[in-house]
Amino acid sequence: MRMKRRKRTVLTRIRDVLFCAIIYLFLFLPISVIVVNSMNATTSKPYLAWKGFTLAWYVRLFDNTELLGSFRNTMIIAVVSTLLSTIIGTMGAVGMYKYKFKGKSIIDGLLYIPVVIPEIVLGISLLTIFSKVNIPRGMLTLILAHVTFSIPFVIFNVRARLAGYDNSIDEASMDLGANRIQTFFHVTLPVLAPGIAGGALLAFTLSIDDIIISYFVNGQVKTYPLRVMESIKSGVAPDVNALSTLILIATIVFVVLTQSGILNKNKKR
Amino acid sequence: MGYIVELENVDKIYGENHVVKSLNLKVEEGEFLTLLGSSGCGKTTTLRMIAGFEEPTNGNIRVEGEAIEDKEPYERDVNTVFQSYALFPHMTIYDNIAYGLKMKKVPKDEVQERVLHMMDLVQLGGFEKRYPSQLSGGQKQRVAIARALINRPKVLLLDEPLGALDLKLRKQMQLELKRLQKKLNITFIYVTHDQEEALTMSDRIAIMHDGILDQLGTPTEIYEKPATRFVATFIGETNIFDGAVADVKDGQVQVTIENGIISAKDFMSKSGQYVTISVRPEKMKFRDTPTTDFTIPAVVKDYVYVGSIIKCVVELPNGNEIRIERLAGQELPELGTTIYPYWDMEDAVVIHGQEQEMLRAMDSIQFS
Ligand SMILES: Nc1ncnc2c1ncn2[C@@H]1O[C@H](COP(=O)(O)OP(=O)(O)OP(=O)(O)O)[C@@H](O)[C@H]1O
Ligand SMILES: [Mg+2]
Repeated sequence: MRMKRRKRTVLTRIRDVLFCAIIYLFLFLPISVIVVNSMNATTSKPYLAWKGFTLAWYVRLFDNTELLGSFRNTMIIAVVSTLLSTIIGTMGAVGMYKYKFKGKSIIDGLLYIPVVIPEIVLGISLLTIFSKVNIPRGMLTLILAHVTFSIPFVIFNVRARLAGYDNSIDEASMDLGANRIQTFFHVTLPVLAPGIAGGALLAFTLSIDDIIISYFVNGQVKTYPLRVMESIKSGVAPDVNALSTLILIATIVFVVLTQSGILNKNKKR
Repeated sequence: MGYIVELENVDKIYGENHVVKSLNLKVEEGEFLTLLGSSGCGKTTTLRMIAGFEEPTNGNIRVEGEAIEDKEPYERDVNTVFQSYALFPHMTIYDNIAYGLKMKKVPKDEVQERVLHMMDLVQLGGFEKRYPSQLSGGQKQRVAIARALINRPKVLLLDEPLGALDLKLRKQMQLELKRLQKKLNITFIYVTHDQEEALTMSDRIAIMHDGILDQLGTPTEIYEKPATRFVATFIGETNIFDGAVADVKDGQVQVTIENGIISAKDFMSKSGQYVTISVRPEKMKFRDTPTTDFTIPAVVKDYVYVGSIIKCVVELPNGNEIRIERLAGQELPELGTTIYPYWDMEDAVVIHGQEQEMLRAMDSIQFS
């Protein structure tokens, strides 16, 4: 009896491990292809056949000003639009939570529209507006567009945090002599911080890899995803793989740091 | 002694809901005043108007003789202990308590000295670095009290501060609060719906009922001379008799109630008036025969033992039950016998002007 049971547990263990292995393989195989290919010594299109190991693409990458420029554009747009949408979204969420006004539920519902409509529709509408009011397409329109689609996500995140917010701590703060602005910065903001950070992270991610909307409003400015899309026509160049690998490493480092709580200075809470 | 807080004809109306009805209340400096009343009678609303979180619909509120309508909560020399504690979850206990001083830009050294002193006072020494989530309910309560006291307010408002604590801790905190209040000599306005708490802690009690201040007085006054039917039934146990004055003579009234005649000492009643008579169970007496002043028979139904006290339930002919209370060992009638309850004239309280309440009480009688 006992032997039989032990045998069965061993079998279940093997099955579990196998399952996990398959899932992780499924998730990480495509990513690993990029990493591997970024060190492929091949020089002929479509850059797929393995011709031996090299780090030359990483060196070449830093000569490819066009690619680096597009990456710089993407970072600028992501940082600026994240900053703006986080500020606007947070104030919006707090305002909509604290103050009652007519038609509030309608405004609440309207928030979902930019999220659920196809990006292509949002892209076209933004393009139409920008041409109508005559804003030259470029960095500015890209940033405005990214702010537009990021705001609802920030609001959703902050609002989720607000749902459990105890309004009496704001009252306690004012009771103790803090005016409204001091209360916001000393109490409301720090308590909402995790929600705000989550919203900001989401906005940042959305901005970095947006293609469809950026495609409509970019003018001559190339963002990194747009640039990659173009180059795909002739196979993914290994220097694109190299940059992607670097981005991947940066992301992994960030995730590991947050997960292990190193960036979380108040982890005691 | 001057009045530190004065409410003058204060009304609060939420939409259709008249929550506080022309409230007049004068709070003396240094006293422990309790707002007592059942749930939803407007106690919290009253406190919030004093603190500045709600605006009165009508009327004036003054602190130290100065109108405060136009002052924001952070401009008022009044601090609040919230029922839910409302501690700042992202700050340590030290920072929670220091918050008020930091907002007032008190120098750092002084902040530290005062915070540590306050923590000692509420027996929280050594908890500086903890976060609120790492404290027990009683400890959180102490932090909330310390935080509200650190600014040395003229008035401290406490909204059911002990509501969430278990009985033992409650009793202990009641004593500590009272001790703190005496020691710091700060005016406390304390909200509770626990009558025992109110009776043991307060210098004066204000009893609210449906947004109306029914009675303001010392615990003894409230217990021995209830001004309304509600106060009589809300504070302690009592026997209530509704009836019409039949005869008045020599400061004594005879009142006809459903089952016969009862009497009490009273100089204010006129013949034909409706009055309510309240008699505490421990003041009830009984004998075997009726007298001209007390003609109601009653049948002994039941005994209830509550610690060292025996409660005897007797039933009147109309089915109403009344209670007689004695210390264990004292003489009581036998079960099933008929007795004639009575009392010393001065032990009964005659309450006037309660027709509305009487009608309401009658409505709730179930006819079988
Ligand atoms: N913001 C508000 N809007 C509308 N009605 C309110 C509001 N605040 C309180 N009320 C109503 O006012 C009445 C009194 O409320 P209040 O909180 O003052 O009662 P309370 O005496 O403190 O009761 P409890 O002992 O249960 O705390 C209640 O009927 C409540 O529903
Ligand atoms: Mg209340």
